[in-house]
Amino acid sequence: MLVYTLKRSFVAFLILIVVSALTFSLSHLAGDPALTIGGEQASDEDIEAIRLLYGFDRPLYVQYADWGWRALQGDFGESYHYRQPVATMIGERIGRTMLLGFLAIMFALVISIPMGTLAAMRPNSLIDRFALLVAVFGQALPTFWFALMMMIVFGIWWRMLPISGHDTWAHYVMPTIALGYYATPALMRLTRAGMIEVLGSDYIRTARAKGLSPTSVLFKHALRNAIIPVVALAAVWFGFMLGGSIVIETIFNLKGMGWLSYDALLRSDLPVVQAIVLIFASFYVVLTLLADLLNAYLDPRISVR
Amino acid sequence: MTDATLMPLRGQQTAEEILEPSPMSKLRKRIFKNYSFLIGALILGLIIFIALMAPVFEYLGWIHDPLDQDTSRRLLNPFWYDKKVDPEFVLGTDKVGRDYLSRLVYGAQISLLIGFSTMLISGFIGTVLGVTAGYFGGRVDMVVNFIINARLAMPVFLVAMAAVVAFGASLWVVILVLGLFLWDRFAVVMRSITMQARDLDYVKAARALGCSTPYIIVREIFPNVLSSLTVVATVEMANAILLEAALSFLGFGVQPPTPNWGLMLNEGREYMLFLPWTVALPGACLFVLVLAINLFGDGLRDVTLERER
Repeated sequence: MLVYTLKRSFVAFLILIVVSALTFSLSHLAGDPALTIGGEQASDEDIEAIRLLYGFDRPLYVQYADWGWRALQGDFGESYHYRQPVATMIGERIGRTMLLGFLAIMFALVISIPMGTLAAMRPNSLIDRFALLVAVFGQALPTFWFALMMMIVFGIWWRMLPISGHDTWAHYVMPTIALGYYATPALMRLTRAGMIEVLGSDYIRTARAKGLSPTSVLFKHALRNAIIPVVALAAVWFGFMLGGSIVIETIFNLKGMGWLSYDALLRSDLPVVQAIVLIFASFYVVLTLLADLLNAYLDPRISVR
Repeated sequence: MTDATLMPLRGQQTAEEILEPSPMSKLRKRIFKNYSFLIGALILGLIIFIALMAPVFEYLGWIHDPLDQDTSRRLLNPFWYDKKVDPEFVLGTDKVGRDYLSRLVYGAQISLLIGFSTMLISGFIGTVLGVTAGYFGGRVDMVVNFIINARLAMPVFLVAMAAVVAFGASLWVVILVLGLFLWDRFAVVMRSITMQARDLDYVKAARALGCSTPYIIVREIFPNVLSSLTVVATVEMANAILLEAALSFLGFGVQPPTPNWGLMLNEGREYMLFLPWTVALPGACLFVLVLAINLFGDGLRDVTLERER
C-alpha cells in the first residue's frame, strides 16, 4: 500500500509538471506577450522595456522554471489588464466556485444515489425505466441551454429566483441545479450497476437469511459497499465541474473563477488564464489521486497490480 | 485460413445448428427489438437529410438564404404567437431580419460537420494510442496511460477557449482544437478492448504463424475493436457538438454571421426576457440532435455488443 501510494503520488506529480509546462506554453502560443501588454500605441522601445521588465528576454525554460517556482509559492504574477496580483484576484473568487462545485456535486449525489438504488432494487421496472429516461435526457441536455431555460421560467416568468449575482443562497439555486444535473447520469448508472452487483452477492443473501429487516440489509449492508466507487467518481466529477463552471458562472453572472477566466480570455489576460488552468488541473490531479488511494485502500488487490 | 478452420466443423453440425437463424437475421431481430436504436437512427437520419438537402430546399424556395438580412422585418414572432401566419417566416426572424428556420436548417450542417470532423480526428488519435498501448503493454502502456492522465487533468473547455484566443476563432480551429482534446475516451476503451483481443486464440495463432505486427493489428485486432469504436464515436460526436455549441455561445467558437445554433443562442440571449423563443428554438434543436445521437449510440451498443448482455 505504501509503495502504491508513493508510486501513484509520483505519477500525479509528473502529470502536474507536464500540465504546467503546457499551460505555460499557452502564453507563447498566443504571440509575443510584450505586444499584448504594450497595446497598439507602444513604440519599439516601450516593447523592449516591457520585455526586460517581465523577463521575456530570458530563455523559455528559465521563464518556465521561474513561473513554476513562484506559482508553487502562491505567486501567479500580475494581471496584464487590472495590474493586480493574480493570486489576490483568484483569492477573492475561489470560494464562490468551490461552493458552487460542492453544492452541484451534492445535488447530483442526492438525485442519483436514491434513483440508482431504486432502479437497482427492481431492474426493468417502471422506476428503472424512468431513471434510464432521466439519464438519457440529462446527457443530451446542453447545460447552458438548460440554465437559460430555467432563467426564463423561474427567474422571469415566475419571479421565484434571482437570475444574476452571488449575494444570497437563492443566487446559487439555479447554477447548482444546472451544473449538478449534468453529473447525475454517470453517477446514477454507477450506483445502479454497483447495487445490482452487491444485491446479488452471497453476503447479502446471508444477511437476508439471518432474518435482518430489508431496510437494514439495503442500507447497512448493500448501499454502504456500493456507494464507495460512486463517491470516488463524484470526487473526479468535482474536478470536471470546476471546468464546467465557466459557462454557468458566465450565464448567471456569478463572479467566481469561471467567470474570471471568461473575463480574462476576453482581454487576453494570460497570467490569469494560466493560473486558473493550473489550479483546476491541480484540483483534478489531487482529487483523482485521493479517489485512487481510497479505492486501493478499500480493495487491496488494486495496489498489488 | 478461415476455410481450413471451418472444414472439420461442417461435418459435426447438429440439427439445431443448421436450423438456427443466420447471424444476419438475428441482427435484424435485435435491431427491431431495440426501440432506442430505431428512434435514434430515424431522428438522426432525418436531421442529416435536412442538413444535406438545405441548398435544395433553398432552391425550391421552401427556406431563405440564412444570411439574407432585412431590418424592416426584424424579430418577427413564430407562428404560434400570431393568429395570422406569415408563410414566409414560420419560425420568425432574428434581430437583423434573417429567417430563423433557414438559420436552424443551415445550423444543423455546421453542427454535424463539427461533430463528425472532430470525431474523426479524436477517433484517430485515441485509437492509435489505445491500440498501441493495449497491444504492446508494458512500458508503452505506461507511457500512453500517462499521456491519457495528463490530458484528463487539462480542463478541456478552458484550454479550448484559450487555444481559440491564441489561434483565432474559426470553424477549422474549433474542429482541430476539439479533435486534439477529445480522444481520451477512445484511448481508454480501445486500450482495454485490445488487451482482451490480444490474448484471443486466433491472434496468438497469427503470431505463431509469423505474421508481422502491423498485419496482426490491422487484420486481426482491428476488426475486433470496431464495434466498440463506433459506439464511442457516437458518444464523442455528441460531446463535440455540445462543446462546440457552448464555445460558440460564449463567443469563442464559430463567428458571425455563420448560421450556428450556439451562436443563435448567444444572439438570442439579449431578447430572452421578452422573446424566449429566440433561445428556446436553437437549444431545442441542439437537444434533439444530441439525444438522437445518444439513443443511436446506446442502441448500437445493445445491437452490436452481445457479450454485455
